[in-house]
Amino acid sequence: MLDHLTEKFNNALRSLSGRGKISEDNVREAMAEVRNALLEADVHYDVAKTFCDDVVKRAEGTDVIQSLRPGEQMIKIVHDELVGLMGPVDTHIMYVQPGPTVIMMCGLQGSGKTTTCGKLAAYLKKKGKSVMLAAADLQRPAAVEQLRTLATQVQDDVTGPGAVKFYGEPDKCAEYGKAVGVAVKVCRNALKEARKQHVDVLILDTAGRLHINDDLMGELRQVDKAVQPHQIYLVIDAMTGQDAVNSAKAFNEQLELDGVVLSKTDSDTRGGAALTVKSVTGKPIKFVGTGEKIDALEEFHPERMAGRILGMGDVVSLVEKAQEQVSQEEAEALQEKMAKGKLTMDDFLDQLRSVRKMGSMKTLLGMLPGMGQQIKNMDIDDEQLNQTEAIIQSMSKEERNNPDLLNQSRRRRVAKGSGTRTDEVSQLTKGFDMMSAMTKQMAGMSKLQQLRSLSGLGQQDLASFGTSGGPRLKTKERSARKRKDRKKKSRGGKSRRR
Amino acid sequence: MGLFGFSFKKVKQGLAATRKALIDPIRQLLMRELSDSVIDELEARLIQSDIGVKTTVHLIEQIRKSYKAGEIKRGDEVIDFLKAHLIEMFPPADRAIHFAESGPTVILVGGINGAGKTTSIAKIAKALRDENKTVMLAACDTFRAAAVEQLEIWSQRLGVDIVKGKQGGDPAAVAYDACEAAVARGVDVLLVDTAGRLHTQDHLMRQLTKIRDVCAKKVPDAPHEVMLVLDATTGQNAINQAKLFKQAIDVTGLFLSKLDGTAKGGIVVAIREQLDIPVKFIGVGETPDDVEPFDPEKFVDALFS
Ligand SMILES: Nc1nc2c(ncn2[C@@H]2O[C@H](COP(=O)(O)OP(=O)(O)OP(=O)(O)O)[C@@H](O)[C@H]2O)c(=O)[nH]1
Ligand SMILES: Nc1nc2c(ncn2[C@@H]2O[C@H](COP(=O)(O)OP(=O)(O)OP(=O)(O)O)[C@@H](O)[C@H]2O)c(=O)[nH]1
Ligand SMILES: [Mg+2]
Ligand SMILES: [Mg+2]
Repeated sequence: MLDHLTEKFNNALRSLSGRGKISEDNVREAMAEVRNALLEADVHYDVAKTFCDDVVKRAEGTDVIQSLRPGEQMIKIVHDELVGLMGPVDTHIMYVQPGPTVIMMCGLQGSGKTTTCGKLAAYLKKKGKSVMLAAADLQRPAAVEQLRTLATQVQDDVTGPGAVKFYGEPDKCAEYGKAVGVAVKVCRNALKEARKQHVDVLILDTAGRLHINDDLMGELRQVDKAVQPHQIYLVIDAMTGQDAVNSAKAFNEQLELDGVVLSKTDSDTRGGAALTVKSVTGKPIKFVGTGEKIDALEEFHPERMAGRILGMGDVVSLVEKAQEQVSQEEAEALQEKMAKGKLTMDDFLDQLRSVRKMGSMKTLLGMLPGMGQQIKNMDIDDEQLNQTEAIIQSMSKEERNNPDLLNQSRRRRVAKGSGTRTDEVSQLTKGFDMMSAMTKQMAGMSKLQQLRSLSGLGQQDLASFGTSGGPRLKTKERSARKRKDRKKKSRGGKSRRR
Repeated sequence: MGLFGFSFKKVKQGLAATRKALIDPIRQLLMRELSDSVIDELEARLIQSDIGVKTTVHLIEQIRKSYKAGEIKRGDEVIDFLKAHLIEMFPPADRAIHFAESGPTVILVGGINGAGKTTSIAKIAKALRDENKTVMLAACDTFRAAAVEQLEIWSQRLGVDIVKGKQGGDPAAVAYDACEAAVARGVDVLLVDTAGRLHTQDHLMRQLTKIRDVCAKKVPDAPHEVMLVLDATTGQNAINQAKLFKQAIDVTGLFLSKLDGTAKGGIVVAIREQLDIPVKFIGVGETPDDVEPFDPEKFVDALFS
């Protein structure tokens, strides 16, 4: 992906650092570039303007003016502001007792409502909910059939303790404009049926409509009144341009939305619409659609979106950033040692310390498309790091340079000195061996490959000595799921292969 | 002016009403003497039409120059200036449809998910049918749930033929069968519906190229037109869409759908500029009648309403 935005942003900041201290004027100048960048990412004109004005106000505060590295400060302020505006994350769905919890999906034509209904049903099925999908689009040809197919597909293909049912009245379908209002009746019937069958969640798939179509918007208000959905979600296409402001505003004003689903984020759009929608509605973006398949629904991550809008998913600049944590000479010296496989416990300690420094970079790394995932999900446990430090510090210089010397009696001594158990010391030396083997491999890799294997490190090797000497690195279930998906893909999905 | 040379009567009333409500304050503004603040306002309008930062900056620069040179004095003159400029960019020749000299004309339709392909096909099919041309539809979206059914309902409502394959089957095979049937039955126009796909999905783009190749092999000079359906609400990403679809299937024109909303579809200006793809039709609603030939003058007017 070509990142015009990164380019612009870097230009703006380069001009800042080139002039040394920041004055109010050069912040403004840089922010004009940022504004253009936001506009190119499809953030709405007014939203971009307000955003930049706010950032300028913040940047004019003492922090940036006195800062020695204005560029970084600016990135951080802009980024934090974006994250703040788009967050906090709220993917919670409140269930009512007794059920059913009613969720209504609405939005412009073709935004992805029906597909999202199917995805949400799959998501809920995995969570053990019984779900009913009700077809309240009686106007678009074969819309009812589309939802029925999805319901069957979720029920048959998605594993999970829940169940998915379908409700539709295909005989009520009519040509465009001739079935306005019928949806109200169908939704009422669906609710009755959902109650009778004791389902947990009823999802209503409504027809696409323009926010300026009074008849059809009126129909939605009627459905709202008749069945009183507990949650109303607006589905909006992530590729939407400036118009997002109009449609989101109108839907929110007429229906009081509870949340937003941003569909088609698997495209290469910058996704500025996310910022627009959040700022005009104030409603949380709950989920993002990441593909056409039924499991392509993820929770929204404001940091990732902020990075995307700013075009910061740029590996090179992240590597540069990572390098700043370790000085250039240090890095070169380490590389040499790595190449020779002559890693010492002291080097190991340094590495661990830089991992700890990286804690602050987690958010940054998390924005990397694909690979940032694991890093983002690992918890760097300070206490474990302290313990590791203590163990290494209890070793003699000799032992630190040549860990092979650490026999059982020496280990006992080290354990005593550091207030740990012998098996914890053994765990650490084992981890060290693994790490030296790995770094030897890594020495021959490019920066990008190194960073990649670093994320793999979080997944397997470091985690394996997590409970004792080393840092505890937990990776959450997503990476495991990804692996499973890959396996599935290579076999070819059963029915949904393209 | 008609779609293929026949007249077009339908005007959307609801739409006219909303547009009118918006027009007055802007006209007031633009009748004013040109100043930096009026130019800023024009810039805001252009950006808000999705025309893009680059194009806007370019246009605004030209306006400033003409203003300084004393060529334009008032805001509304700017509109005339822009209109002239944009109309020049979209000459009438753009809207011509290339029909086969003999045998069926094949029109291949592509676009990203939910852009409006299937509905736009129904619109073109109806316009052609009303011109007494025989039309056949090819249901090459074998992927999306009930996509075939959707096109089938249109074929029934419009009374035109359809060729379909199995759900989950090879779309190129459906195209093959459809081309063969079109030749055998001697239809005038074959409209090929394809599954929505993101321009970034290489394998699906290759699949689209394959569909195009199949058409080319089965019918001389086919496809005669390759329409990219673009949702008017799309922002800057539309440029990437157009670029990659052009690479894959050599797009000959845009069908700009959903212009009946509040989106302006300004991105087509950038697409014309950067990729030289003309706009042929606009979609202004969900029924088969809701189609018009692209009218640059009206389009420019709407940019500022
Ligand atoms: N790539 C991608 N495609 C998606 C996503 N969500 C939906 N789609 C596709 O977008 C197209 C439109 O989706 P639908 O679910 O039919 O949209 P809708 O809002 O119900 O459309 P109408 O009911 O006609 O207004 C289909 O081709 C879907 O497969 C997504 O997250 N990524
Ligand atoms: N308001 C309005 N709606 C339109 C227009 N064209 C299409 N639609 C609606 O947009 C939605 C999607 O249209 P489709 O024709 O199914 O889109 P598609 O590109 O075939 O979608 P996929 O095959 O799923 O990728 C439907 O609800 C259509 O009724 C238009 O010009 N104006
Ligand atoms: Mg739908
Ligand atoms: Mg379709």
